[in-house]
Amino acid sequence: MTLTSRYRFSASHRLDTPALTPDENRQLYGKCNNPHGHGHDYVLEISVDGPVDRDGQVVNREVLDALVRQRVLARLDHKNLNADLPEFAATVPTTENLATLVRGALEEHWTLPARLARVRISETGRNSFELEVPNG
Amino acid sequence: MLLTRKAEFSASHVCLNPAWTAEQNQAVYGNNANPNGHGHNYVLEVTLAGDPDPVTGMVFDLRELKEILNREVVDRMDHRFLNKEVPPFDRVIPTTENLATEIWKRIEPEIRREGLRLHNVRLYETADLFVDYGGRQ
Repeated sequence: MTLTSRYRFSASHRLDTPALTPDENRQLYGKCNNPHGHGHDYVLEISVDGPVDRDGQVVNREVLDALVRQRVLARLDHKNLNADLPEFAATVPTTENLATLVRGALEEHWTLPARLARVRISETGRNSFELEVPNG
Repeated sequence: MLLTRKAEFSASHVCLNPAWTAEQNQAVYGNNANPNGHGHNYVLEVTLAGDPDPVTGMVFDLRELKEILNREVVDRMDHRFLNKEVPPFDRVIPTTENLATEIWKRIEPEIRREGLRLHNVRLYETADLFVDYGGRQ
């Protein structure tokens, strides 16, 4: 059984890599390369997979919510991803890279009996990025 | 090919183990443990797997699927207090997981009888919380 819980955070970012010239960055990232940055209301979906326990649950919601709040939302919500997160000092804060960061932040402190199965982030209503966590 | 049909029902429930103290229930079920119950607009998405019929071009007649979902789920659960009115939730705690499992048990034989395979049951308790059950643990 897989349980998915949805969360929201708002953050700004700018896509720009020092590996490319300013022209190349503009061409590659388009509007996302605007020097002053821009923001999104991200929607985060965390999927947890495991057997239903004797309490009838895959996972204790309170524990999952607290973990996501503390390890993810507190770090990302109302932040400038480039400026406020050391992980994005030298890495482009694409939503792909953000999904990997969220997975790492959760796995580092994961104590739940069920396993983290998927991280999905919608950057806008029109695009989303999904990271499957392999079983075992 | 996969085919998904949606159904909705509104029901109240309480997640509470009578053998526990209020604190224990609160720790496990949070505000779902309020003894007087509370309600949700549940959204059910049932996904079948099968090949389109060469004549009709359909995996399954959607009207028939709607009837199965109405009979086995909506008619039994809509506008009910699950713990008090819908067995087995008089003794099984109606968590979203247990509800999805019960829905699977009720509709899977009906789907199988039609020569199709039930692929997934997705049940939304709220827009932000859902479970997927594929018949395995």
